[in-house]
Amino acid sequence: MSSQSLSTKKEPFIRIIKKTEISVGKTIVLSLLALLAAIIAGGIFILAIGQNPFEIYTTIVKGAWRSSMATKGTIKIAIPLLIAALGITPAFQMKFWNIGAEGQIIMGGIFATYFALFFDHLPHGLLLVIMFVAGMVGGGLWGLIPAYFKTRFGTNETLFTLMLNYIALYMIKFFIEGPWRDPASSGFPKIATFTKNARLDQIFGVHAGWLIGLVLVVVLFIYLTFTKQGYEISVVGESVNTARYAGMNVKKIIMRTMFISGAICGIAGMTQVTGAAYTLGEGVAGGVGFTAITVAWLSKLNPLFILVVTLLFSMLEKGCSVMQSTFGLSSAVSGILQGIILFFILGFDFFTRYRFVFRKER
Amino acid sequence: MIINFLFAAIKAGTPLLFGTTGEIMTEKSGNLNLGVEGMMFMGAFMGFFVGFHTGSLPLALLAAFIIGNFAALIYAFLTVTMMANQNVTGLTLTIFGIGFAKFFGEIMIRKAGGSPKLSPEFMITISEKPIPVLGEIPVIGKLIFSHNPLVYLSVLVAVICSIYIMKTRAGLNMRAVGENPAAADAAGIKVTRIKYLHIMLGGGICGLGGAYLSLINGGGVWNNSSVVNGQGWISVALVIFASWSPMKAIFGSLVFGAFSVLQFYAPKDIIHIPNAFYVMLPFLITTFVLIFASMRKSKTGSQPAGCGINYFREER
Repeated sequence: MSSQSLSTKKEPFIRIIKKTEISVGKTIVLSLLALLAAIIAGGIFILAIGQNPFEIYTTIVKGAWRSSMATKGTIKIAIPLLIAALGITPAFQMKFWNIGAEGQIIMGGIFATYFALFFDHLPHGLLLVIMFVAGMVGGGLWGLIPAYFKTRFGTNETLFTLMLNYIALYMIKFFIEGPWRDPASSGFPKIATFTKNARLDQIFGVHAGWLIGLVLVVVLFIYLTFTKQGYEISVVGESVNTARYAGMNVKKIIMRTMFISGAICGIAGMTQVTGAAYTLGEGVAGGVGFTAITVAWLSKLNPLFILVVTLLFSMLEKGCSVMQSTFGLSSAVSGILQGIILFFILGFDFFTRYRFVFRKER
Repeated sequence: MIINFLFAAIKAGTPLLFGTTGEIMTEKSGNLNLGVEGMMFMGAFMGFFVGFHTGSLPLALLAAFIIGNFAALIYAFLTVTMMANQNVTGLTLTIFGIGFAKFFGEIMIRKAGGSPKLSPEFMITISEKPIPVLGEIPVIGKLIFSHNPLVYLSVLVAVICSIYIMKTRAGLNMRAVGENPAAADAAGIKVTRIKYLHIMLGGGICGLGGAYLSLINGGGVWNNSSVVNGQGWISVALVIFASWSPMKAIFGSLVFGAFSVLQFYAPKDIIHIPNAFYVMLPFLITTFVLIFASMRKSKTGSQPAGCGINYFREER
């Protein structure tokens, strides 16, 4: 008995233990609490720079939706973010840390641009379908490369995908300054603006990317929740050894999933070039690939939550640019507010996974 | 010509050396912090802000170091204590840091009524000047002993960090935590304290790199849009290229610096390579280094085994 009393004495006052399953309802409540805490913290920040938090927050929310113009702007920001965040999801569910959405978006854009530039004599519908597939193939291949080396040699995928982002970025630079340079533009080198035939149609005043995004939400949700392949992804994510023991071909699953992940990000690139910019510029991804990762993670890799979080983030971004014109505060404040929200949700996530145990009095 | 080229390469490589050394310290203790870009941005702003108002270089550097500490503290709290995902937390820190620097940068611009400029006296302290005697040696004098003071500081920091990691007991403990936190914990090493310390130290060094960019590369004028501009990400790449060794990072930053200025010095009429490839080259090389390192499966010169994985004591 003496040894036991010794061990209780040494037991720390607070211990942390892992929770078993937690209900979806509780997760949502905790996330909302985190969001509330973040809004309060953001408010304190706004107060500290000498502004009224209530005024600023209402301006941001109203600014994003005040007119049909503003609403369209918000949705335009949301489209690539939504699609890219959906793209990240299968990879992250497999615990394959794909930081390369940025590069996969770019490659999707490059592949789609090729057909927009050199095949714009094709019928409109056919051309867009080809561009869509090209975007998927471009992004997919860019996702497949790190997956191949990961399965073959165990190459670190976080660092690999990170590098591929920059290689893709400078590939755009190469095409802009070299083979695809618009001979008609005399000043800064750029790629010619797409002809009408190669532009994505608009539905309700915003390019059809939003419809593609919504369809993808549903498709991905079904794919991950109800199909055999979706199940395989979550088993590999949970434990590679379990998957292997169950007779799954882990290498094949990783490569397939990364192709899908990259392909979806490639779609985001395709919609950006053909729907928003009508050309391929160096800012085609513009950091969306990185923000998408945080969006996907905050949404607990659930496609339906991703839709909600994307709208929240786009609202912040659009609202802050409106706030800039009314209050004269830099729209960079959206980065700070996004950061604060993310920090709080990342921190609060702790309570969904762990709980405290206090030392029992004897 | 070649001397000018190498001189420019050293100048361009210095901020990378700061960022890389900082990230090596962080990764060696077992945390992959993708927030380097954000921390450098924050350091760039604070360094410039304090330099602009006080006119003192040491104070400016101290401010940049402290804001880097602070940014890294957020990261450390979330990943070490709250066990949040390291990749996502790092990316968030980048988003936050860029927002922070640009937001306050704009306030600074408005208060100054136009782009803030550093005082001429301050510009003299950070200007390039030959070291007496040594600077008069032909070739080497110009190449190595005629830089601005921050260049020497970066090399000094890298050398100290290298000695610290490889030759001291504290460095050994830190490597143990990075490789296998459970074993280190069992051996009585305070894992949490070591992680916090080195993440914050690394963040501070990254902040210095940011200060270099705003004070030196910016030419004494604050530019809101293009202070850091991807240098933080290149630093993350350079860590791989330098195979997690600050000494190799000195050489590596020179190579990367050389690539970044190569397009201005390469004989264009002899070699016809598009400019885009010059800037792409460091990333291509790093990718190959990464692949070959994984093919050799060597323990030395690869990422610390515990890097990227949070340590949960009850689960070892």
